[in-house]
Amino acid sequence: MNDLIKYGPALAEGFLENVKLSVMCGVLSLILGTVLVSMRVSPTPVLRAAGTLYVNIVRNTPLTLVLAFSALGLSDTLGLTLSQTPSTNSFWLVVLGLSIYTASFVCEALRSGINTVPLGQAEAARAIGLTFLQSLRLIILPQAFRTVIAPLGSVIIAMIKNTTVAVAGGYLAESAFVMKDTFDDTGASIPIFLGLAVAFMAFTLPIGFLTGWLGRRLAVAR
Amino acid sequence: MTENGDATPLVVLEGVNKHFGSLHVLRDINLTISRGEVLVVIGPSGGGKSTLCRAINRLETVDGGTITFDGQPLPAEGKALARLRSEVGMVFQSFNLFAHKTILENVTLGPIRVRGVARAQAEQRGMELLERVGIGSQASKYPAQLSGGQQQRVAIARALAMDPKMILFDEPTSALDPEMVQEVLDVMVGLARDGMTMMVVTHEMGFARRAANRVVFMAEGQIVEENTPDEFFTAPRTDRAKDFLSKILTH
Ligand SMILES: Nc1ncnc2c1ncn2[C@@H]1O[C@H](COP(=O)(O)OP(=O)(O)OP(=O)(O)O)[C@@H](O)[C@H]1O
Ligand SMILES: [Mg+2]
Repeated sequence: MNDLIKYGPALAEGFLENVKLSVMCGVLSLILGTVLVSMRVSPTPVLRAAGTLYVNIVRNTPLTLVLAFSALGLSDTLGLTLSQTPSTNSFWLVVLGLSIYTASFVCEALRSGINTVPLGQAEAARAIGLTFLQSLRLIILPQAFRTVIAPLGSVIIAMIKNTTVAVAGGYLAESAFVMKDTFDDTGASIPIFLGLAVAFMAFTLPIGFLTGWLGRRLAVAR
Repeated sequence: MTENGDATPLVVLEGVNKHFGSLHVLRDINLTISRGEVLVVIGPSGGGKSTLCRAINRLETVDGGTITFDGQPLPAEGKALARLRSEVGMVFQSFNLFAHKTILENVTLGPIRVRGVARAQAEQRGMELLERVGIGSQASKYPAQLSGGQQQRVAIARALAMDPKMILFDEPTSALDPEMVQEVLDVMVGLARDGMTMMVVTHEMGFARRAANRVVFMAEGQIVEENTPDEFFTAPRTDRAKDFLSKILTH
């Protein structure tokens, strides 16, 4: 227990980094996932193919490889710099990598939602003169989102837990050092592990409950 | 029949063909619909009535022949196609009201998003139309809270809100409980009286006799017979039509 008190502040700071990471990735992967699913259901074959290719490649690649690619491939080899400060730069590279990865799961969750929207909804939308993008944005996606809020919650929870992979992989230098130091010093004591596990649960459990509740509340009556 | 003094036909189909795979669902269809005309399409199941209806607003593409609407060939895609569709109303058998929108929003969505009408103005017009089809008091409800007959009347109001040049009806009363059929047909008869150009796929003979100018009998993808409602129902000329009428009359 003493360990927890002693290393608490440093761990809390590292944990806060994960929270920041989660919020950024959550927003970005929802946006990117929506763009991807729009491509996958679009009437343009090239866009459909590109969306399918993206999802199948990214979803089937281990997260560690995606993160390694965004850190090493994008940054070191291709010279992509998102910030002049090295630690900020690596933070954004992780955001990018994790969002690229999570977006493929968001896309597939949304696509299963779109499949539950009756074809007649899209036909009626087209019949009053809405364009494809308007039908998608005003009619199809709002209904699809409502049916997959709970599964989307699961995707986001998985993403939050995946932020630790970024930390453990050393892509988020600051947090990684804190964690490594702490584990080294304390011999990775049980209270430290429990403390971290509880912190994550305090973060993810409400998301599960909230999305479950919202999903039921916003269900579209047919 | 020339409502606004324009004698050119509104819709012209010439040599239209359509296949679903190896199934030939529209065979050399030639059909002209005048402005203000009410055309009833009748025929056995699978005869291609829905496909014909849907071809006119290009919900279904055709693979041969030409379709002209208001003097212009149907646009293939994009903004031009969306504009054409906004001028051709469509009422479906299964209503297809937007399930996550209120009744009023269903009626105002098109005017606001497609025509760029101001919200307040669209809502005022929407309420007028809902009153006209007798649903005014339900404006803030959701589609699932209404009966089938009420939903179909909203669907008609939604089509009317776009000020279409024509409305297509694909079996608008077939999914309704018998006691709700009349309320929908009454609205449609009212539209016909007001001079709306309508193409109606229906087996409701009462409606055809009361409101239609012409009946087209379709079977196996072909237009087999065209006549006035009275002559068609009392003295069909082809055996195919006689046979079909004897079946729907005796059931
Ligand atoms: N999307 C489709 N794909 C394949 N075949 C189809 C499709 N839509 C319709 N068909 C077939 O085309 C034929 C004509 O269908 P259509 O719906 O136009 O007939 P209909 O006259 O409206 O019949 P009903 O009275 O049953 O509504 C039918 O044999 C039908 O099975
Ligand atoms: Mg049909």
